[in-house]
Amino acid sequence: MLAASCCDRRMCVCPGPRRIAIPVRSSRLPLLSDAMPAPAHLFPLIRNCEISRICSTVCYCHHKHLCCLSSHFAHSHFRYAPQKKFAALCRPKENFNHFIHVRDYASTPQRFYLTPPQVNSILKANEYSFKVPEFDGKNVSSVLGFDSNQLPANAPIEDRRSAATCLQTRGMLLGVFDGHAGCACAQAVSERLFYYIAVSLLPHETLLEIENAVESGRALLPILQWHKHPNDYFSKEASKLYFNSLRTYWQELIDLNSGETTDVKEALINAFKRLDNDISLEAQVGDPNSFLNYLVLRVAFSGATACVAHVDGVNLHIANTGDSRAMLGVQEEDGSWSAVNLSYDHNAQNEHEVERVKMEHPKSEEKSLVKQDRLLGLLMPFRAFGDVKFKWSIELQKRVVESGPDQLNDNEYTKFIPPNYHTPPYLTAEPEVIHHKLRPQDKFLVLATDGLWETMHRQDVARIVGEYLTGVHHQQPIAVGGYKVTLGQMHGLLTERRARISSVFEDQNAATHLIRHAVGNNEFGTVDHERLSKMLSLPEELARMYRDDITIIVVQFNSHVIGACQNEEL
Amino acid sequence: MFLRLLSDVRWRAANPKWRRMTCSWRSTSSTAEPHPVSLPAQAQVVICGGGIMGTSVAYHLSKMGWTDIVLLEQGRLAAGTTRFCAGIVSAARHVSIELKMADYSNKLYQQLEQETGVKTGYMKTGSISLAQTQDRLISLKRIASSLNVMGIPCEIITPKQVAQLHPLINIHDLVGAMYVPEDALVSSANVSLALATAASRNGVQIHERTSVSHVSVQKGCVTGVETDRGPIQCQYFVNCAGQWAYELGHSGEETVNIPLHACEHFYLLTHPLKEPLASNLPTIVDPDGRIYIRNWQGGILSGGFEKNPKPLFTEGRNQLEIQNLQEDWDHFEPLLSALLRRMPDLEALQIMQLVNCPESFTPDMRCIMGESPTVRGYFVLAGMNSAGISYGGGAGKYLAEWMVNGYPSENVWPLDLKRFGTLQSSRTFLRHRVMEVMPLMCDLKVPRWDFQTGRQLRTSPLYDRLDAQGARWMEKHGFERVKYFVPPGKDLLDLDQSKTFYKPDWFDIVGSEVKCCKEAVCVIDMSSFTKFEISSTGDQALESLQYLFSNDLDVPVGHVVHTGMLNEKGGYENDCSIARLSKRSFFMISPTDQQVHCWAWLKNRLPDDSNLTMEDVTWKYTALNLIGPRAVDVLSELSYAPITPEHFPSLFCKEMSVGYANGIRVMSITHTGEPGFMLYIPIEYALHVYNEVMNMGQKYGIRNAGYYALRSLRIEKFFAFWGQDLDAFTTPMECGREFQVKLEKGMQFVGQEALLEQKQNGVYKRFTMFILEDHDTDMDLWPWWGEPIFRNGRYVGKTTSSAYSYTLERHVCLGFVQHFDEKTGEELVVTTDFINQGEYEIDIAGQRFQAKAKLYPFSSLFTHRRRKDEVELSGYQRE
Repeated sequence: MLAASCCDRRMCVCPGPRRIAIPVRSSRLPLLSDAMPAPAHLFPLIRNCEISRICSTVCYCHHKHLCCLSSHFAHSHFRYAPQKKFAALCRPKENFNHFIHVRDYASTPQRFYLTPPQVNSILKANEYSFKVPEFDGKNVSSVLGFDSNQLPANAPIEDRRSAATCLQTRGMLLGVFDGHAGCACAQAVSERLFYYIAVSLLPHETLLEIENAVESGRALLPILQWHKHPNDYFSKEASKLYFNSLRTYWQELIDLNSGETTDVKEALINAFKRLDNDISLEAQVGDPNSFLNYLVLRVAFSGATACVAHVDGVNLHIANTGDSRAMLGVQEEDGSWSAVNLSYDHNAQNEHEVERVKMEHPKSEEKSLVKQDRLLGLLMPFRAFGDVKFKWSIELQKRVVESGPDQLNDNEYTKFIPPNYHTPPYLTAEPEVIHHKLRPQDKFLVLATDGLWETMHRQDVARIVGEYLTGVHHQQPIAVGGYKVTLGQMHGLLTERRARISSVFEDQNAATHLIRHAVGNNEFGTVDHERLSKMLSLPEELARMYRDDITIIVVQFNSHVIGACQNEEL
Repeated sequence: MFLRLLSDVRWRAANPKWRRMTCSWRSTSSTAEPHPVSLPAQAQVVICGGGIMGTSVAYHLSKMGWTDIVLLEQGRLAAGTTRFCAGIVSAARHVSIELKMADYSNKLYQQLEQETGVKTGYMKTGSISLAQTQDRLISLKRIASSLNVMGIPCEIITPKQVAQLHPLINIHDLVGAMYVPEDALVSSANVSLALATAASRNGVQIHERTSVSHVSVQKGCVTGVETDRGPIQCQYFVNCAGQWAYELGHSGEETVNIPLHACEHFYLLTHPLKEPLASNLPTIVDPDGRIYIRNWQGGILSGGFEKNPKPLFTEGRNQLEIQNLQEDWDHFEPLLSALLRRMPDLEALQIMQLVNCPESFTPDMRCIMGESPTVRGYFVLAGMNSAGISYGGGAGKYLAEWMVNGYPSENVWPLDLKRFGTLQSSRTFLRHRVMEVMPLMCDLKVPRWDFQTGRQLRTSPLYDRLDAQGARWMEKHGFERVKYFVPPGKDLLDLDQSKTFYKPDWFDIVGSEVKCCKEAVCVIDMSSFTKFEISSTGDQALESLQYLFSNDLDVPVGHVVHTGMLNEKGGYENDCSIARLSKRSFFMISPTDQQVHCWAWLKNRLPDDSNLTMEDVTWKYTALNLIGPRAVDVLSELSYAPITPEHFPSLFCKEMSVGYANGIRVMSITHTGEPGFMLYIPIEYALHVYNEVMNMGQKYGIRNAGYYALRSLRIEKFFAFWGQDLDAFTTPMECGREFQVKLEKGMQFVGQEALLEQKQNGVYKRFTMFILEDHDTDMDLWPWWGEPIFRNGRYVGKTTSSAYSYTLERHVCLGFVQHFDEKTGEELVVTTDFINQGEYEIDIAGQRFQAKAKLYPFSSLFTHRRRKDEVELSGYQRE
């Protein structure tokens, strides 16, 4: 909470004098540094802009000496609303006492490690695998199946994932969603977006059929078959509301009947924009039910990025909004692995994106648009769902907040208007869509939130997943050929190979395997158990400083089917 | 180069005479030339497949006088699985018919070289099967018992003796072994070529590089084959296409289902040892290590059956791909470890090659032979489960007899193609099942083993209800049947741990089910039984059935008749109960696995008359068996129809309402000899009737029971079951069922003559019941079936089934007793006196237990005797 409220890497809205977030964490803090801040150094440092850095250092030190941290450390003053926190910052003495307190502990260092089974149970808690069912010994889908997993850093986790098979059209949808300022928006998008996409893809007749079924109260054709982990929940309360919005959408599609066959790219863009629009509208209209009313407001005021893949035969479409990423794992002819990006990050590192934002606003705002690599100096992703603070006019924001429930009104964050806010909207949910025709050498697709990408290079990801998925099968097979090999030599060789493989197969899930590497990799690129154990032992309050939520979906392709499709097309 | 390693190419040069005779073969062997010898336009028999099976069938047919035969091979003779085969001929088999085939093959191969002049590489080395565990040793002892009574030398030896027989073996982890000195090694390809040579001399035409595209069928009979070199007209077609047999069966318009699937099979060849191994060194089989090891050109050949087999050709492929299969050392690693553990001295031995040779496997680990149930004249011999060379000779002989005489000289039902239906022909099913079957080759074979894959295919509508009540399931012909019900709160062992030759963990559970059947009432779901309805507009149905069945079916409407469906020799092709529903329609109930066989038998023999219809209604009815003295009370409460014995005597059938459901066929039979009823319920009412029966039965102490209870009940009552005790070589006279035959029913019936002759001359075997006397149920090995029976110390026959009788508190074995002349071994007539005046022993894995022989069931068992079961049982007392 400490980290999340005062120094969310994505967005800081502490209403302090400078209201600027200082990204606390470089991509990785040195875990084993011996630096221990002396109390004497602290006073000069207590300036509002520096405070978060101190906090993080403190936390880090504490962690070093006592990994098993009791929750009381997460100082109550730090945990609550920004206002109070700021007040706390002005009372250095209290903080100082606190540090002293920490030092007492430090004098009796204890080492605490999770055992490998404990580590595994943490890593595997959210893992999910889906295999496309074989029919009569054959799988005619270009997708063999997928593995997904997520590792929380925030509590509760702000990432979401979804996967579903389109039942009325062909194809499979997979997506990762990275929420910020809470998980409400990511949750809503993860529940709703695929329905919008599926509806956008439906032919006119099917839409009519569905509408008629709803009209006459008949059973609805199922649109999606979800592949969900038990922890991936759907909100029961809002389903009616969501359904009505969706229905309005397809009714409009029916009226608009263009008669043309649906283009996937267009459908994806329309679905993204439409859903974001609906989120915004629902918050403006409100709901008589006070729970729902609060929910739609939370959804609209929080934000989420989305990276969605649609696979249909050899056609792979990636629609991306924000800074999650899609990457294709390609096996070269020599068996090595390479990575192909199938999405562009929408953030300050993307020149085109900065260009786009600048184009959309008057020249006068050029300087204030992007500051500290953030949109308006606040938001890291340049595209997102929700985040009406960056979309609505000031008047609308004020009106909605004032007429909204008290919880909303009391929330400093929602009240706060971004600085230099002149020509909204500054933010869009429109995705960039990339189409890729799958080739037999395209073995897998990795969709992941930035929690993964900031710890690992895509080339490493491709290699680790590739080697994991192919496992023993593509380990260079042994052939005796004309060489003189004895049974004993062969036996030794085989035993060694098996030992190597069994360590890889500790994970049954490619996503879990990747997370293990992302969190536990040492400088040599191999998993260091000690490091892994330490990282996972971090208490909720601290985890966020060392890593972000990580959500990964690894989709495995069926090269045989893809090859066959290709041949047919030729 | 390796392609010819296992076969000796020189034989052709050594036989110039033969070469001249089979010029067609020789010339087609050279690749470049066009085929100079055209195919004949017609032949009596066309055999597809030039492996060990095809050549063996051709050899035996030609020996029996059929010479108008064409053998077609798509590649070259003996070039498929046969060429790669390890060449071990071993009689150590579990199933007695397989054992007989292997024994015959061995004798055939031994004299083949002399007969044909073709070197077969035959070498009598003997084989040693090792046991690492006591259970394995028991399993070997059981085989040893049956080998010994067959006259095949065999002994159980100690690890020390093993070391004396084979110098390289590590014996430290062994508990014993079985030595079969007559087992042999051959070059399988050369055996096949030798058989081809002999067949060719007898006039069989052999054409290589000719593939059959499909078989033409008209009116359900084979008329010819289409090949890539033109058509051949023929009366008989024999599918010996090995792993391509499935595809070939599916290629024609009329599908012939041959359920088999190939798996990759690996074996290792090494260079010779420094001191080359003697060529007469025994073959080692180490089932616990999953490997076999034979000597090969001074080195060794070792392969095995891994736990994780690799099925292939699921989608069907070209044969050429056989040549290109990859060696997979990683896959072979466990087997290599087992090999080095067994023979540590081989570490320094140099590898020559790892051979990948696909083998075909069947859903039940037994090979497939016989005539297609759908196409007459279409014969099959395939699916050898990697024992093709052991079975080749015998299997070819039986199939040839079958084709020439109409039936083979032994009971081959366990191998009959008709034991399978279309339901076993799903490629997915086969793929999954063979992955289970291949490891089973080496697994311990224990009683009551059920396959775990391909399950829940056919189920009764009550499946979920029964499952929720603790049912444990077994499968017969794809149908799930309840073994027993595990009471709540009671746990049984895991499947793997429950494997035992001793008292099983369900002993008490089944005991209480049996007790309930005896004292109160039980329900058993028996929906799997095959059910046919035969009806006609006039008297055709009655007339046809009177001819096909031995008992008199001209009974009043509403009567049920137990009768055999006999063949010309008087043997049981089927054993069934037939209810006369009306003047012109009959309802026939037969065992579950008769669905295909009985249908084909009747279809082929019923007159082609549109006024006579036969329908398979198996799926239309759920059958509940209400067993026990209170069954009548339960049924009385559920129906207004009077069912007291006066109104509803035994062997009656009435259509009535039960609960709300109407049209339930109630029959006063139970298939066990206990009082009770069979309820044949249209499936949509099944749940309703079941619920009503269970609710109403509560006050009578009703409970669910399974087949194990049923089995115990029927065996202690001396009820024979077809497929287990009865087969096509058993007549009603031989099993005390003369009362089910009406020799003078006023018209001829199939098998009548044979039965009359038997009645006059006596029988040569007699179905007998044995009560084990000095057998300790808790401590001793349990009987299973196939145990040798000794009378006054001399072998007289084998058991066919056994069960623990909870009433007698003794084991009961059923089996056949024969009478062999002490000097000549000639079979003599078995008289009642012969049975009664002997001291009997049953041999269970080498240990003999005293047994009391009985020709009639105990009458004192029937404490709750009612009028109706007196009627049902009176037949037994009549003789």
